[in-house]
Amino acid sequence: MNPTPASVTQAVLARHADEPGALLPILHEVQDALGHIPREVLPQIADGLNLSRAEVHGVVTYYHHFRAEAPGRHVIQVCRAEACQAMGADALMAHAEQVLGCPTRGGHGSTGADGRYTLNPVYCLGLCASSPAVVVDDKLHARMTPAKFDKVVAKLGADA
Amino acid sequence: MSAVTVYVPRDSAALAVGADEVAGALQAECVRRGLALNLVRNGSRGMFWLETLVEVATPQGRVAYGPVEPDDVPGLLDAGLLAGGPHALYHGLTEQLPYLAKQERLTFARMGITDPLSIDDYEVHEGYAGLRAALALAPDAIVQQVLDSGLRGRGGAAFPTGIKWKTVAAAPAAQKYIVCNADEGDSGTFSDRMTMEGDPFLLVEGMTIAAMAVAATRGYVYIRSEYPDAIATMNEAIARATAAGYLGDDVLGSGRAFHLQVRKAAGAYVCGEETAMLESIEGKRGIVRTKPPLPAIEGLFGQPTVINNVISFASVPLILARGAAFYRDYGVGRSRGTLPMQLAGNVKHGGLVEKAFGVTLRELMFDFGGGSATGRPIKTAQVGGPLGTYLPESQWDLPLDYEAYAAVGAVVGHGGIVVHDDLADLSKLARYAMEFCAIESCGKCTPCRIGSTRGVEVIDKIIAPPSSPNASKTNKPQQVQLLRDLCDTMLHGSLCAMGGMTPYPVLSALNHFPQDFGLMTPDREAA
Repeated sequence: MNPTPASVTQAVLARHADEPGALLPILHEVQDALGHIPREVLPQIADGLNLSRAEVHGVVTYYHHFRAEAPGRHVIQVCRAEACQAMGADALMAHAEQVLGCPTRGGHGSTGADGRYTLNPVYCLGLCASSPAVVVDDKLHARMTPAKFDKVVAKLGADA
Repeated sequence: MSAVTVYVPRDSAALAVGADEVAGALQAECVRRGLALNLVRNGSRGMFWLETLVEVATPQGRVAYGPVEPDDVPGLLDAGLLAGGPHALYHGLTEQLPYLAKQERLTFARMGITDPLSIDDYEVHEGYAGLRAALALAPDAIVQQVLDSGLRGRGGAAFPTGIKWKTVAAAPAAQKYIVCNADEGDSGTFSDRMTMEGDPFLLVEGMTIAAMAVAATRGYVYIRSEYPDAIATMNEAIARATAAGYLGDDVLGSGRAFHLQVRKAAGAYVCGEETAMLESIEGKRGIVRTKPPLPAIEGLFGQPTVINNVISFASVPLILARGAAFYRDYGVGRSRGTLPMQLAGNVKHGGLVEKAFGVTLRELMFDFGGGSATGRPIKTAQVGGPLGTYLPESQWDLPLDYEAYAAVGAVVGHGGIVVHDDLADLSKLARYAMEFCAIESCGKCTPCRIGSTRGVEVIDKIIAPPSSPNASKTNKPQQVQLLRDLCDTMLHGSLCAMGGMTPYPVLSALNHFPQDFGLMTPDREAA
């Protein structure tokens, strides 16, 4: 039987019971376990830390890394920062949007209608001397080109 | 035959171009051929165009091959890789490569040489000499060494590190904290990442020395979520240092405690601002605090807190090990010591260049960088991250130090240099600077929160093609003046550097590259 969001959250809260300022580590662990931070666990986290639901909601929505919705089966991040722009990141992002069917606007990513891919802009991966850089499901790729991007995505398609 | 030692980096910039696959191919092929191999996963030398850089230990020294792809491995072994034999990817002795030989690596002395997670390797290469020296000193004598070294904060603000430590040392409190700001969000910078992935004990040692100096017993390393490899390596290094008695209740038998832990950030650029970072560690939204009180007096959880950047802490062990004078003898004017600079973007030989202050941008971009990656003329470089200025060619011969850059309104920042070729459109980059500020603003102060969005709109009006309906409604000189007024408000009215420095890239683009904004004459006259 799959653990429920409530039981996962309970275990995470128990692990951080005595830690000062533990909200971020807790949210990270919940998201790592569930893929996102479902709305239903916010009251539980608030109770556990003696915070208001508004405070927890505020933190979840403030940080770009936390997501309230389940992502697609594959998450692709394309760096948009200056060092990557200097090596063609804008064109690469446009290519990725088209290939994956996920438009991005104003710093926000999106998930395609079929739920296969989520495309997010990211602002610096620290690979600025090997730009442009991309992350595909936690794997880093540097010196990326549209042609190489298509190959990486095609590989995903094989085991999706 | 005894096993030959071969080094394949584990730095994430090497992993991103297939270092794990190269290491795997090398191991498999050596097994198949019955060759004895001692594979070490080192940090990166910081010559990223050569990654994956494979090094082989020979009696003459370490020999370099790169960039190596997994498919190259059989051919390299055929050519006698394990004996340092010649091959198309052969570069000779690593230490003699001009890119490395011309540097002054103090903070990065071990980078790429050692196994990052081996404490023994770290000790053999002068590791923990600084902490041992510090433990023999009174706390105020440690602070004095850091003061005398002239070390200034390497995160960007360049505040004297010793003064910060002195303030915390003098603040009475039962609990004090050491916090490392490893939220390295500036595009074009990766020296913090390299340090955490390639020489993590150096940061642990530097923070421990700070703890001894100010009597703090707890520390946090706040690392960006975009750096999963750095987080994993730091966690492992802290666990090993604790197990070996370098951290914990009794640091090296001194009877003094220091406990260190990693806090993972969550993708908010503004959390690189120190008070926003403190809020984040406390489990809140990363909103900037007003100062005073200074964090040195009322910092994390309201207690006195030393906050320094990774490179600031990493500079300290050598200062204690070799003395303040040794470090201070590098550099120029009031910029003492060395700065690990990062060459990035459109540059042929991008990587880590540690030099004493005083080197010029031209030397960095051409003598080290080899010109642009695309082979086109270089148009400009942005120095100091997304909040740094774009420097035109007339400023490429300035000595790179805090004062000389400040004199022309530029900043050294965290030492990131992003190179752009002549195809770069500075009006787009200026627009991006405003857009980035709008995305990342914490929202506490109006100039930053609203000003950045208005900035994007005004730049859109300035650069709209004459045929567009948007352009016909506007008077370009008026819009340029509006942009300048807006930048003035942001510069002087913002709570922190996020809004306060976003005008730096915008105004430098406008002043030095007016033609990119469709201003044929210098815009001051046009306006």
